Amino acid sequence: MLRLDGVSRLFGGLPALDRVCFDVARGRVTALIGPNGAGKSTLINCITGVDTPTGGTVTFQERDITGLAAHRVSRLGIARTFQNLRLFPRLSVLDNVLCGLSGEGGRSMVMAMLRLPYLRHRERLLKLRALEALDRFGLADKASWPASILAYGDKKRVELARATVGRPDLLLLDEPVAGLNSDETAAVGEQLRRLRAGGHTILLVEHDMELVMDIADQVVVLDSGRCIAVGSPDEVRRNPVVLEAYLGQMEATA
Amino acid sequence: MSPIRRDKVLYFLFLHRTGLFVGLLTAALMLFPLIEDNPYTLGLTNLIAINTIVVLGLNLFIGYAGQISLGHAAFFALGAYGSAVTTVAGGMSPWPAMLLVAVLVGLIALVIGIPVLRLTGHYLAMATLGFNFVIHTVLLEWDEVTGGPSGFSGIPPLGWGDFLFDSEVRLHYLLWGSAMLCLLLSLNLVRSGVGRGLAGLAGDETAAASLGVDTKRAKVKVFVLSAVFASLAGSLFAHCYGFVSPDSFGIFTSADLVIMVVVGGMGSIWGSLLGAGLITLLPEWVDVFATYKDFVHGGILVLVLMFLPQGLVTGIVDLVRVKIALRRRKHAAA
Repeated sequence: MLRLDGVSRLFGGLPALDRVCFDVARGRVTALIGPNGAGKSTLINCITGVDTPTGGTVTFQERDITGLAAHRVSRLGIARTFQNLRLFPRLSVLDNVLCGLSGEGGRSMVMAMLRLPYLRHRERLLKLRALEALDRFGLADKASWPASILAYGDKKRVELARATVGRPDLLLLDEPVAGLNSDETAAVGEQLRRLRAGGHTILLVEHDMELVMDIADQVVVLDSGRCIAVGSPDEVRRNPVVLEAYLGQMEATA
Repeated sequence: MSPIRRDKVLYFLFLHRTGLFVGLLTAALMLFPLIEDNPYTLGLTNLIAINTIVVLGLNLFIGYAGQISLGHAAFFALGAYGSAVTTVAGGMSPWPAMLLVAVLVGLIALVIGIPVLRLTGHYLAMATLGFNFVIHTVLLEWDEVTGGPSGFSGIPPLGWGDFLFDSEVRLHYLLWGSAMLCLLLSLNLVRSGVGRGLAGLAGDETAAASLGVDTKRAKVKVFVLSAVFASLAGSLFAHCYGFVSPDSFGIFTSADLVIMVVVGGMGSIWGSLLGAGLITLLPEWVDVFATYKDFVHGGILVLVLMFLPQGLVTGIVDLVRVKIALRRRKHAAA
């Protein structure tokens, strides 16, 4: 469904991504792992149009989306969450999730100002869908709270709700369990499994190996901007190049 | 009334609460001249109505699109002078002239907005300030058309046939009617998907873009909308007073408009009404404020931004919302 072909990103001559190639298959969970600074978040940014690759192509559903602006990528059906939370703190939890449906309420400012009955009706349906999404993540009772006062774990779940409410074809999750305790991690893992069962395609960036090995169908390993291994969790776990990248790093930090 | 029926009525009222508030406020305003018919007071409240229209547009731009403009007095001026020139020199009748001018000002805002809105923060503030300077200088120097420093007089009042909006009471209905209409339009906008997209844009541009909001285009759209509001207010201003001069449209006017937005609260549509009212009335209430107006306004701006960066009304509303939600959270935990 998503194909990366030789994607590179140079930062002033320094390659953050160096000719990365892999495919994300429909209906599967692909995990993207790698040591800190391997270029995982840069890659996500390059796919979603937040950043522009300096080389290579990104193809989504047979369409070249390389260098497309972020809102265009989003409208094609790619949703994402952010590594460091990017909720709208002043908006209510419900409104945050409704922002994930911003396209479906119509884009015309004039129509919005006239608030014709059909828009009012549509607005009510969208609210219902947003509440359902919150309910799936167990947050329906906090719908009216300002997002700023939520606990960290809840914020992460609101971001997930916001990313999934529009039923995107592809979901990019940038470290969804970073900073969560083991109970919360298990809960998010459960939700990811449910999303996969619901037919979502997921590209997951994660450090939590237990989670990755547990739910990923395919694992892609990045190291210093290069893709060093692609395969099933078991293959990757036994791959000597991967072990060296990780163990080498452990030696360096030890 | 049975309890179920009462619940239904209450639910209906809750569902239409915004419309209800606007309706009640409009009704109260329509009755206002019956209680207070002092032309001086009505003149003041009329000025509040005009300012409210500009502030509503500017608040959408500052509070929703998250941008800054120190040049909105220029659009206000273009509306006022546009109406003056097209009706007096061009011989057009006032209503179509007002629409034509609003469209032209919208186009000007579009042409300026596309390059200028690539800037952010201080740079955007400086660019819009510069635009205000340019327009102000043109008004002063191009005296064959604008009348120069002495201003432009003899602008006809608005009206239909023989009925003219030429007294303070009649103007009250015209101006507050227009202001309430703009209020309703703004409220509708912010309650829509488009409005949420804008609120997101003010909060976090990258996140908004990743949710499908075309941030560049949205900024320009709101800029044009706010310029059109300012232009309409300017036209009303010109026809209401019959006289315009460059003094009304300097950079201090732009700063005052921003202060009205800040006092009302960024992103608070209802607050715009309060901000426009408070800042317009302040010099009238207290003499000191009239003499040292710019000092006082500057002081207010600094204090509000220091202690409630979201603006007075919005800041207080946010505090209350958070308090209530925190209390509920405690209840839920207990």
